[in-house]
Amino acid sequence: MNAVHAVASATGAFDVAAIRRDFPVLERTIRGLPLSYLDNAASSQRPRAVIDAMSHYYENSHANVHRGVHTLSQEATDLFEGAREKVRRFINAKSIREIIFVRGTTEAINLVAQAHGRPNFGPGDEILISWLEHHANIVPWQMLCQQTGATLKVAPITQSGEVDFDAFAALLSPRTKLVALAHVSNALGTVIPVHRFITAAKARGVPVLLDGAQAVPHMKVDVQALDCDFYAFSGHKMCGPTGIGVLYGRESLLNAMPPWQGGGDMILAVSFDETVYNTLPYKFEAGTPHIAGAIGLGAAIDYLETLGMERIAVAELALLAYANEQLATVPGLRFVGTAPEKAAVVSFTIDRVHPHDLGTILDHEGVAIRTGHHCAMPVMEFFGLPATARASFAFYNTRAEIDRLVAALHTAREMLG
Amino acid sequence: MDLKDLYRDVIVDHNRHPRNFREIPDADRRADGFNPLCGDKLTVFVKLDGGRISDVSFNGSGCAISIASASLLTESVKGKTIPEAEDLFSQMHQLLTRDDIDIDVTSLGKLGALSGVREFPARVKCASLCWHTLDAALHQQEQVSTE
Repeated sequence: MNAVHAVASATGAFDVAAIRRDFPVLERTIRGLPLSYLDNAASSQRPRAVIDAMSHYYENSHANVHRGVHTLSQEATDLFEGAREKVRRFINAKSIREIIFVRGTTEAINLVAQAHGRPNFGPGDEILISWLEHHANIVPWQMLCQQTGATLKVAPITQSGEVDFDAFAALLSPRTKLVALAHVSNALGTVIPVHRFITAAKARGVPVLLDGAQAVPHMKVDVQALDCDFYAFSGHKMCGPTGIGVLYGRESLLNAMPPWQGGGDMILAVSFDETVYNTLPYKFEAGTPHIAGAIGLGAAIDYLETLGMERIAVAELALLAYANEQLATVPGLRFVGTAPEKAAVVSFTIDRVHPHDLGTILDHEGVAIRTGHHCAMPVMEFFGLPATARASFAFYNTRAEIDRLVAALHTAREMLG
Repeated sequence: MDLKDLYRDVIVDHNRHPRNFREIPDADRRADGFNPLCGDKLTVFVKLDGGRISDVSFNGSGCAISIASASLLTESVKGKTIPEAEDLFSQMHQLLTRDDIDIDVTSLGKLGALSGVREFPARVKCASLCWHTLDAALHQQEQVSTE
């Protein structure tokens, strides 16, 4: 496998040039211009170490896991379970029994809705979310409410894009059966001070699910320190593969939940009279899992840990500060989401230039950003906007890329403003 | 593929100053068009006199391509019969989606300015939203969505 360039820099300064060489896609051009990939909140790119780990697995060790005694099956199982242990350590879960591999954050939340919510919730019960949520932390609860007669409650947000804590606390009631909150807003970048929200929920004995899709790639997450009950995240936003993600669940809760999908691997014994379900975490992993995906995710964790999550956070926040400063010089630019604590996400609009046109014009300059509603239509509605442009940064981005973004915005204004 | 092919002067002008951007309160036909991908929302209003479109207008919000396309639409179908407008719709559909055939752009007048859109597949739905919405209005459907 190729050496990780960034390793050499791990002991010294954060060497972005070396880090960029670890990411093959960053070498490509768009219509002859270098790529500035500023759409990391939608999906990050992969270092060669992740791609190689997956290729190496397919070329050398692929077989089905948890089956058979032959060498390949053993190797595949060891690699797959090794990845689970990496995930456990990465988020500081107590046990690998609390680490369920799923397709991504969306599937993790649906799993909790169907396996925890559906058997336990009924008419009069309430699920409390916030106005900031991604559709993945709204729609599964709406579906659950339709199935059970429970009610969805939504804590409002402020003009700066923060969840209104007092309003949230006022919505907590004896009827509240679950709190489901974003850790970091995907549309605006707001870091929700989840400790405060979790403490308030716990005081009433309400379990808390955090949607960590936008948090795990950018900061150190410790599920025990957070004291949350469920934590969901995706591999592809943290330099890992698509199609793999994680549901962390507190063991006592997971044990009490029935399986949500039936099939192979999630059973101990099957007969037509009785089926005995497997133990955790396998009870929730029916069918052949995304083995290569889990291995790739493990490699992504190794890569991120080599750089250090604290150093990643520092580098990204420096990019955010620079972007805020430079974007503020663009006439007619309005920031959407101005919370004091943010991840490296900037959502904005420009007078008389629709975000969709910005997306096309920026693409022509080789700058990739997201435009639209960011799968958070209620957030857009709150700000009275059909869409925003969103630039989101990863540790491999540079100030020069932000300069190119700003220059392209000036071009867009000249063209359409 | 040049940005200037997409954002031609005519498009930029119609985006900055959309024509017939108003409601027709006593419209005979109206329909809402919505593009869930980018959030573009248009309402097209049609006033009929016999079988002829005596007045047509639109309002709503959208990107430069969708606003300019709707503005150009209102200019081009005013005074046309319903079959003539439908014929224009099918010509526009070809113009926007078929890069394998030559279309006589001159017969389309200003609408020919939208021919650059087909080089930008992600933007074809922006330009066609108003046409689908007009079609829905003429067929008395109330809503259309370009998925």
